[in-house]
Amino acid sequence: MTTFDFMGKRHIAAGISSLLIVVAIGAAIFGGLNPGLDFTGGVKVEVGFPDAVDIEQVRDVLVAEGLDSGVVQHYGSETDVMIRMPPVEGVDQSALGNEIAAALGRNFDGVQLRLSDFVGPSVGEELTESGGLALLVALGAVMIYIMWRFTGKFAVGAVAALIHDVIVVVGAFAVFQWSFNLPELAALLAVIGYSLNDTIVVSDRIRENFRTLRRGTPVEIVNRSLNQTLGRTLVTSLTTLMVLGALLLAGGEQISGFATALSIGVVVGTYSSIYVAANVLLAMGISKQDLALPEREGVEDAP
Amino acid sequence: MRTSSSGLTGNLLGLTGSRTRGAAPSHIGAWRYVLLAIVISIGGLYASPNLFPPDFAVQVTADNAERSVDVELLAELEQLLDEAGIAASGSERTTDGGLIRLAGSEDQLRASAVLRDHLNLLGEERQYVVALNLASTTPEWLRNLGGEPMALGLDLKGGAHFVLQVDMEQALGKRLNDEVEKIKDMLREQRVRYRRADDAVAGNTIRMGFVTADLRDRAIRVIEDEFRQPNYLLDETNVDGRPGFTITVQEARIDEIESNAIEQNLTGLRNRINQLGVAEPLVQKLGGSRIAIDLPGVQDSADAKRKINKFANLEFRLVAAANDRPSEIDEWPYEGRVVKLNKRVILTGDRVTHAVQGRDPDTGLPVVNVTLDSQGGEMFHDATAPNIGRGMSVIFIEHKPIVTVEEIDGERVETHGSRPEERVISVATIATALGYTFSITGLPLQEAQELAFLLRAGALAAPMYIVEERTVGASLGEENIQRGMLAVVVGFILVLVFMAFYYKVFGLVADIALTLNLVILVAVMSLLGATLTLPGIAGIVLTVGMAVDANVLIFSRIREELKTSAPAQAVQAGYDRAFLTILDANVTTLFVALILLAIGSGPVAGFAVTLSIGIVTSMFTAIFGSRALVHLIYGSRRVEKVLI
Repeated sequence: MTTFDFMGKRHIAAGISSLLIVVAIGAAIFGGLNPGLDFTGGVKVEVGFPDAVDIEQVRDVLVAEGLDSGVVQHYGSETDVMIRMPPVEGVDQSALGNEIAAALGRNFDGVQLRLSDFVGPSVGEELTESGGLALLVALGAVMIYIMWRFTGKFAVGAVAALIHDVIVVVGAFAVFQWSFNLPELAALLAVIGYSLNDTIVVSDRIRENFRTLRRGTPVEIVNRSLNQTLGRTLVTSLTTLMVLGALLLAGGEQISGFATALSIGVVVGTYSSIYVAANVLLAMGISKQDLALPEREGVEDAP
Repeated sequence: MRTSSSGLTGNLLGLTGSRTRGAAPSHIGAWRYVLLAIVISIGGLYASPNLFPPDFAVQVTADNAERSVDVELLAELEQLLDEAGIAASGSERTTDGGLIRLAGSEDQLRASAVLRDHLNLLGEERQYVVALNLASTTPEWLRNLGGEPMALGLDLKGGAHFVLQVDMEQALGKRLNDEVEKIKDMLREQRVRYRRADDAVAGNTIRMGFVTADLRDRAIRVIEDEFRQPNYLLDETNVDGRPGFTITVQEARIDEIESNAIEQNLTGLRNRINQLGVAEPLVQKLGGSRIAIDLPGVQDSADAKRKINKFANLEFRLVAAANDRPSEIDEWPYEGRVVKLNKRVILTGDRVTHAVQGRDPDTGLPVVNVTLDSQGGEMFHDATAPNIGRGMSVIFIEHKPIVTVEEIDGERVETHGSRPEERVISVATIATALGYTFSITGLPLQEAQELAFLLRAGALAAPMYIVEERTVGASLGEENIQRGMLAVVVGFILVLVFMAFYYKVFGLVADIALTLNLVILVAVMSLLGATLTLPGIAGIVLTVGMAVDANVLIFSRIREELKTSAPAQAVQAGYDRAFLTILDANVTTLFVALILLAIGSGPVAGFAVTLSIGIVTSMFTAIFGSRALVHLIYGSRRVEKVLI
């Protein structure tokens, strides 16, 4: 077992966490998230050309056909082009994708439609709402479960860690202006699940050690618990990062944002289960009394 | 590698009380092997259909009611393909047509062109729909046991997906205007005079004014039986300074109106889509006011959109009277005889808002209760009042999309149009002046049910518009599935190798458990009929990465315990102590996955489904499966050391 003095550095960690959160929130407020089509609504068409094609040429064709005001760019390779049109109030865009595809088909030989997406503005709004709601419900449900299985202080620690992770991942998307879509929202909830997993394993050990170790200050007990679970924490993070790496490299364009969000989440989640959750526990003055076994159920509940 | 210093031996995985030092090989826990063997066999069995890659096939269905796809036709078509140099590897009849299996996608395209040209003659209406499809190669016996491969989502096989929003405001408004007409009918019948108002319906309330309070009270007595709780709330108020009442439509009734509207539109859409000639289309309700349509293989979504917006119609016409001029009359076949009808159309099905089969309260005979909208009610009343005792017929007109094959510039092209197909579906006698609602009697039960269905299918309750569309090209679909599978394989192998190196023998145990987890996960998804999507594949990948966590927890605990206890006890304690931690960690993750499932549609749901199933299966394999394996390796001999 390692004997790393995690908690001796907890003030430094608190500083790092605070900085991360300030940067993340700052980026989200000033830079803003770059919401994708799923949330903004609009039209996106992806086409494949047989040979490399010049963006300007594509744009000229669209303008000539009366289909301007969109964003035209390469994605993936020189032969693939994405055209994105923002929603226009009061205009039914449900046929726009077909018009763009048809216009390109008329002007270029061998153009292949790869993907055509249309999301009505109301759908985007609903998704934003239900997505936010899902995050809150997830956090609330988790808090209640941990309060039931552990104590209130652990619940606060765990939820603090989760909020920390969510903010940092969202912040990363805001800082780099990566497009945030539905799969990325799913990734955010998966980060909550993953980070929670980690936090619970650590909390479980902290609770066990508070109950079984006769000596030691809370800081020493937490340190010991973190060292005991460190191997497992790292191995699991490593295997998860391995598969995410595979997904990122092999999964293709459509899944890369998802894999990126999760990868960041796994790294931050690992860090937060060590430093945020445990830090909050100590800051709230966790003590043996908090974890004393109830007299009656003691035998059954012992690990 | 860590070894025990004490060198004690024992039964590793016996149940409580079996931790005797140097005990003889134990047979306790045999049931574990049995259960595990059962799960492995069932899992393997139901996962196996996914190993059989489907055959490329061409699906032939009859587009004309007089045609059918039978064994002879399929044999003829196979012969034809053979002559064209395309080898068919078999054919079979399916519930709605026939399938001809082919060797590859190129053969498939050529075959479909050959068949299309052969089955549909130039310049004539299309008789058969020829669609590209995939045919399952799962062996017959396995299919009989319910073994099927996972269905692939549109993002993996290409196709068009639409979400249509039913305009509920209009559906409700239309229905409430009808209720107003119904009230007016009732009041007229009882000779209660009401004040005309153009704005009787506002939101979900109906207002009506009267000249005197006495008239208002009489009116309320007339309608209060019909318009009462829990569907309606009837209040006396002043309307425009005169005595009146308001009827507030309650939530329960609004829900009913909305669900009727969506059902009606669903029926209409299904009829339409069946005409599209798409293999295995999917039309389903999405939430309270939306309809999702999946059209696999469809690349030209513009064409599909145009067609699904057309609907069938109805005409109500009087049976010809003796004094009608011949020019006013036409003849129709009906039930083997000829009926003469007056050409004047007194009403069309656009005016039908609802039709349901019921029973006449007096005679108990089956009836079809038809509800018209406000204008329709007036038109119908005016037309039927002077014609009591006369016959009336209902003509069903279906605007069938017809596809004609033409030659343009030397190329055979299919052009799309529509043609009304008309037939008399009912002839009945008008018993009283008909208004806003009326019943069609004199039909046997089955026909009454069919008529109600046709009336509903013919009418569109409310307009719909497209709120979401996604069309995935076939090439992108193929790319997605290849990339996704590559990610699964690479991730899986990385984790296997890492575990074997890091935990030695126990790592191999974890690897076997992980493999088993993947097999069971695929089996459960296949059995549940879940659809595999790209985010679903991502869920599988993530499950692979996270599923080892339970084993990692157990193994690190065993390593710790080995420092203080003998191998047998250490292993036992490792499994026991890690269990609650694993349970807590997985239950909370499952929470999150279920929340995802509850809020998510489309990509999010696909991810959540695999993640949820993966969490449950990984608990089983990582704890139960790996424990049985460890028992198998170490349990039946004296253990000096464990390799971990």
